[in-house]
Formats: sequence, C-alpha cells, structure tokens
Amino acid sequence: MATGIKDRTAVIGMGCTKFGERYDCGKEDLLVEAVHEALEDAGIEFNAIDAFWFGTMNTDYAGTAFSQRLKSQYKPVTRIENFCCTGSDVFRNACYAVATGEFDVVMAIGLEKLKDSGMSGGFGFPIDYDRTEPELSAPAMFGMLAPAYAGKYGVTYDQMREVLPRIAYKNHYNGSLNPKAMFRQEIPLDQIKKSPMIAAPYLTIMDCSGVSDGCACAIITRTETAQRFRKDPMYVKAMELTAGPAHSQMHQSYDFTTIVETNQAAERAYKKAGITDPRTQISLAEVHDCFTITELILYEDLLFSERGQAWKDVLEGRFDLKGELPVNTDGGLKAFAHPVGASGLRMIYESWLQFHGRAGKRQLDDPKIGLAHNLGGMPWCGVAAITILGKELG
Amino acid sequence: MAGITAFGGYVPYNRLDRKQIGQAFGKPVSTGEKAVANYDEDSLTMSVAAALECCRGIDPKTVRGVYFATTTSPYKEKQCATNIAAALDLERNVRAADFTDSLRAGSAAMLAALDAARNGVTTLVAVGDSRLGAADGAYEADFGDGAAAFIFGSTGVIAELLDSYSVAVDFHDQWRAENDTFVRNWEDRFSVTQAYEPFVTEAVRGVLQKTGLKPGDFFKLVHYGATPRNQAALAAKLGFGPEQASDCLSKTVGNAGAASVPLMFVAALEDARPGDKILLVTYGEGSDALVFEVTEAISQLPPRRGVRSYLEHKRVAINYEKYLRWRELITFEPAKRPDQPRSSLPDYYRNYKKNYALYGCQCKACGTAQFPPTRVCVQCQAVDQMEPYRFYGKRGKVVTFVFDYLALSADPPNVDVVVDFEGGGRMFCNLVDCDLQSIKVGMDIEMTYRHLFTADGIHTYFWKATPQW
Repeated sequence: MATGIKDRTAVIGMGCTKFGERYDCGKEDLLVEAVHEALEDAGIEFNAIDAFWFGTMNTDYAGTAFSQRLKSQYKPVTRIENFCCTGSDVFRNACYAVATGEFDVVMAIGLEKLKDSGMSGGFGFPIDYDRTEPELSAPAMFGMLAPAYAGKYGVTYDQMREVLPRIAYKNHYNGSLNPKAMFRQEIPLDQIKKSPMIAAPYLTIMDCSGVSDGCACAIITRTETAQRFRKDPMYVKAMELTAGPAHSQMHQSYDFTTIVETNQAAERAYKKAGITDPRTQISLAEVHDCFTITELILYEDLLFSERGQAWKDVLEGRFDLKGELPVNTDGGLKAFAHPVGASGLRMIYESWLQFHGRAGKRQLDDPKIGLAHNLGGMPWCGVAAITILGKELG
Repeated sequence: MAGITAFGGYVPYNRLDRKQIGQAFGKPVSTGEKAVANYDEDSLTMSVAAALECCRGIDPKTVRGVYFATTTSPYKEKQCATNIAAALDLERNVRAADFTDSLRAGSAAMLAALDAARNGVTTLVAVGDSRLGAADGAYEADFGDGAAAFIFGSTGVIAELLDSYSVAVDFHDQWRAENDTFVRNWEDRFSVTQAYEPFVTEAVRGVLQKTGLKPGDFFKLVHYGATPRNQAALAAKLGFGPEQASDCLSKTVGNAGAASVPLMFVAALEDARPGDKILLVTYGEGSDALVFEVTEAISQLPPRRGVRSYLEHKRVAINYEKYLRWRELITFEPAKRPDQPRSSLPDYYRNYKKNYALYGCQCKACGTAQFPPTRVCVQCQAVDQMEPYRFYGKRGKVVTFVFDYLALSADPPNVDVVVDFEGGGRMFCNLVDCDLQSIKVGMDIEMTYRHLFTADGIHTYFWKATPQW
C-alpha cells in the first residue's frame, strides 16, 4: 500500500535565470546562471550533488546536454521531456529518488532555449506521422475552450472580453513587480483589449503568454537531512502527474469547458497534501496561464471557483495580488514568460521566494502553502502536473 | 445495353468575378465569373467530390473500375485513379487508369469505360480540371475549375450509348510542354478554322451517319466551345437550333478544360426526360462524338447535386490577389513558423482506410464510434474489439471552433472545428468554403476530401468539414 511522501523531501536551494529573449546567453550560460544561484542559496558545492534530473522539451537531448556543460563528473543525469510539465516532472522524479535513500542530495533542472530558433512563437515536433490532423497553433487549441465556456455558462461575448483581458492585466501587473520577468511593464487594460485577434473570436495576442529562454533549478534532500543545510527549507507536500487518454478528444461527452487532466491531478494532489478547502488553505498558486482562457478554466479545475463562476471571481479580484487567493504572483507564463522545460521549476521558485520573504514588491503576508500547476499538450489530450509546497511541516 | 447509370457534378464554392482581373490590369476582360478551386482543391479532389455525388445510394463494391481524366494531374508520375478509388472506398481488385494530357481525356475515358461496361465491368469516370492561363491573358479569365463523374454499366442504365464516332488528328491548338505552367496556343483563327470546326463537324457527321439520326432528333447538343461565340456558331453550322445547344458555362464556371463538356453533360442529364437524345461532342487533337438516349430509369435516380445546385452554391468574394495566392502564382513571405515536414508515407499508408475513405472504428464491446481508429477503446479500454466504421456520410455538428490566424494557411485564418457525428465519434478538422460570420456552435457540416499540403513532391490529401447545404 503506497503511503506517499508528504513532507519527506525538502528543497534547500533554488535558482532561476531572468527569463526573456536571452540573445546574450547560450544554453551553458543559462544553466550556469540558475545552477550557481541554487548552489549559493543552499550553501553547497556542485560536486556534493549526487544525481541530476534534467528537463528540456526541445532544446537538446539526453543527460549529456547537462553534463557536458556543467561538467558533472560521471554522475547520473536523467533527461525528461513531458511537454510543458517537464520542469514539474524533473522535480517530481528527483524528489522520489532522494526519498528512496539512494541519494542524499539531488538537483532538478529545467532549461529551454527557444529564441535561437528564429521563430517568434511555437516550435516544431520532429515526429514522423501522416500529418492529417489539422495544424492548430497553440492559441487555436486553447481558443477552442472559449466559445464552449461562454456558451455553457451564458457569458456574453462582451463579458468574456472583459474577463480574459482582466487576467492578462493582473499577470502583467504582477510581472511588473518581478525583476526576473520577461515583461516588466504594467499594461493598461484598454491597451490589452485593443490587441489584434490571433485565435478568434476570443483570443488576441495579449491573451497569449510569451515563449522565452530560461532555466530554473532546485536542490532537494530528505527532510531529516535538510536541517544540515538550512533552518528554513521548503517541504514537498504532494506531487501529481496525469497523462490523458485522449478521451476528451475522441468522446462526445467532453464539452471543452474543463481540462480533465488538471482536474484529476488537483483532486489527487489535494488528498495527498490533506487540503480540503483549496480556496482558503492555499496561500498562493502559480498556474499554467499559457492563454488567459486557460487560466480562467483552471480556476474551476483547481477548485478555486465553482463551475461556471470563475469569470465572476476574476472580475471581483479574487486572484489579484491582494485578493483572497493570489494567482501567478510572479507574472505567470504571461509576464514572467514560458521557457517550456523551465516553467514548472519557475513556478516552484515563486513559493520558495515567498516563503523566505524574498519576493520584493510582490511579497505576500506570511504565505504557508504554495501550489504550482502546469499542463502541456492539448486541452483534450495532454499532461498536467501539480506540486504542493509548504513552509512548515504538517 | 451499356450506358450511364449515375452522374454527379462539382463546381468549387469560390468564384472570381472577372471584373477583378480587369481592375488588376486596367483593361476590359470577358464578363461573368470563373469558378476557382480553393487553395486545398485540385483536379483530383474536385473529381472525388463529383464521384461521391455520382455514387449516392450506390454500394461502392459494385464499382469495378475507376478512370480519372484531366490535363492537370497533381502528379507527372503516379496514378491518381487509385487515390479516387480509395476515397470512394472501392475494393482493391478494381481496374484503375488515368487519362491525361488532352482536352479529350474525359471522352477518351468515357469511351474506354463504355467498352468495359459492355464487358460487364461497371466503371466510374471522374473528370476534373484546374488549368492555368498566364496573367493578363485571355485564358486566365476564361478558364474555370470543375469536375464531373459518371458510372458506366450495363444494368440500371439511365442514358444508353447508341453509338460513337472518333476523330484523332495530331494538332497544336493548346499545349503545355514538360516545364510549362501555363497553357500555350497558336493564333486562334488557325485553331478554329483548321481544327475545332472541321474536327467536331467530322465527328458529328460521322455519328449521325452511323445512327441515322438528324440534328432535329436531339434534346441537347453538348459540344465543346473555347468561347461561347465559337460554340454557338458551330452549332448553327451543324444544323442545331440555339435551344438545343448547351450552355458552355462560360459566364458561371469558365472553360473547365477536359471537364468542360462532362459538366455540360451533367447539366443536360439533370434536365433530360426519358426518350431524350443527347449528342456529346468533345474536342482536342480530334473529336469524340457520343450519342446517348435517356431511359425511364433516370426517374429512379436518387437526388444528387448536379451542376444547377452548384451554380447557386457559391461565394463571389475572393479578389484577384487571393486567386494568385491560391494558385501559388506569387511568392509570399514565409511564416515565422517551423517548416512543415512531409507526411510519413509508411504512417500514411498504414492509415489507408482512415485517410482515404474516412474510416474510424466502433467498439464491439461498448458500441462507441471513435476517430481516429484505435486498437484500445477510448471508452471501455477493450483491446482489439474494433470494427471498421466509416464516418463519411454521417451527419456532423460543430461542437466548438476557432479562427487560427497563426497557423500557416493560404487563406487565413484557418478555421478549426470539432465535429461530433451522429451515432458517435468526434473529429478535429479544418472547416472550409464557409463565411466566418456564419460559423457557430451547433451548425451542421459535411465532409469534403481536400489537399492538405505538398512537401517533397508528396501531396497529402485528407478530409475537412464544410457547411452542410
């Protein structure tokens, strides 16, 4: 009978690069920047790390993508790719490994270098298949959720075009307070609303997050050894990962107002972490706001809002920095930006900063529980990851 | 008795008002509209559309041969009749052949199919064309796109072949050499006086003599005309009245090349009654003349879309620049998107039934219809309990949609829809030949066979949705 590993692993140091168009940096530069911030944070030497979990979606291949750049000395490096959940999944696997007792100190790293490709957005998948499926851009995939949500809950077009820009506005505002964010400008709501359509009828360019370069990492050990490194580690309460069976894609019962993978991951993660009322027990949440409509629907899948009510909660400011449940306090994918393989760890990094009072102008008042959620693939067939983190044991 | 047992037509939804061409070059052009194949249509897809109309109510297994006729085959080397056969879900053991390179390719295929029908081989002929004239030339304005299809058999004949007469002369009227994109021609008076009029006259006189019929015996003369003026003049010279000569569709479709006379023939069959005789005459390096007599069986043919309904089903909104783009006659700035790789041919071939005839599967354990076909049921997880299940012909409704301005497209935005089919099953696909304002959740759609893209010389064809009409 599985007992879970709640509170059995702890983070003792984290690093995260500035995200953005890092034309000044190669992959090695990004790795050194994040890894060395984490090592200094934890106060340990690089060679004290026993094993590495390295995630990137399509920046490079295999463990050598890490080892040849950081010169790790013949230690295990596992490369993981799991769409946008890559960063969460390296963290998850690193935690499991250290929990077994096989290793004492491990590192989870996520890296993505997208701006060297010459594409303003998106990335190709070098997979051989018959290519008869329609080539949907990512905004189009998630844009399909908007008419369904509006239709099911009777939200008018004009109301939707109030709600979605409001989410973008919030995340840009939060990002303006984050020195590592790609976009550091507060953007007036009117300007957001006037942005050109990219996945009509609901999503404009300002409803999309930006792809970027970036790297983030975490150093993890077992809770009982964490005290050797620092008095204030961050405890891992629960980790969940779901990969969908394409039921939503192939079965008519799916109505495009939910992302089942996320909802299932949330239910299971809350159970593991002992969370019964996410709205009040969670201090901050970093969620996968690849598009504003995604964030809207996630509020309901993560049980932050009742079904059909999230759009009202957005307008009431529930998820603002000063709201009841602040979401994407670091600017989220929207403003901090989205280096795919690094994003999961970037989300965890925000809890790390908030728990240590290091979040600067966006610092919350004594947060205790942080949630990081990301999803990858398509709303109807994808992966979702949830990591719940605590400032305290228990 | 051998003859036609079924027919179908196809005219693409998009029409270019010839005024647009006149405006582009600042000089007068002929009036009316030309039918323009969408960016994802070609002579093959239009032929499939006509063939599917032709096959309404017919068990595909009864069709034992497929001939494709065109002057604009998507491939210089590789048969396309096999592609049509697969899209129609015919059996593998059919005869297949392409008839190409001549305006007379359609009638050549029809004559061959009639020979096959007399030998008991029920054969479908699909004729489609999408020819290009160089910019600012008469052909650019005159040419239009379209397709027609006929089944030839010896039972259930709706129009019996009474006789035929063929003339074959090597003559340069219109031609394209190996690397030519646009149709070339000699000075037209030479062609009209030395080829068109004498060849057609010779064929018509020949078949009239063989059958003992006179012009007055015919309901319609369906004869090729490079221009309506030439066509009308020749009809009069041959002794046919203006009411007998078929509209060559120059104002509504344009000159559809090898498909021109076949389309006119479909229009004539739509209007014909039992006992009517129709004289079909093609032209190009000679002439084929075929005499048909319509039978009582025509009244039992299930309703279908012929030429008349397609002439009304149209959008005349495209401009000349869009036409140039669709025919890839101007170079566009490439999207800053990853290159689209070619289809994996092994994967495309493994998915043969899915890709050509739009098959999914249905689980024998739980009854769920699903697309794409899979071995493990998405609903009950039963393994290898699947039966083939064809989605083509099932009613579909739009569940949700999006207009994608980012995806690579020759007609942005790409319209992506999720379609739920009556009886179960869901599919993600593009929606084409639609007006953006009219798209809504719950709208009815039908499926249409289209050209998705070309990479490394491989044309990838698959199905898209279009509003039900």
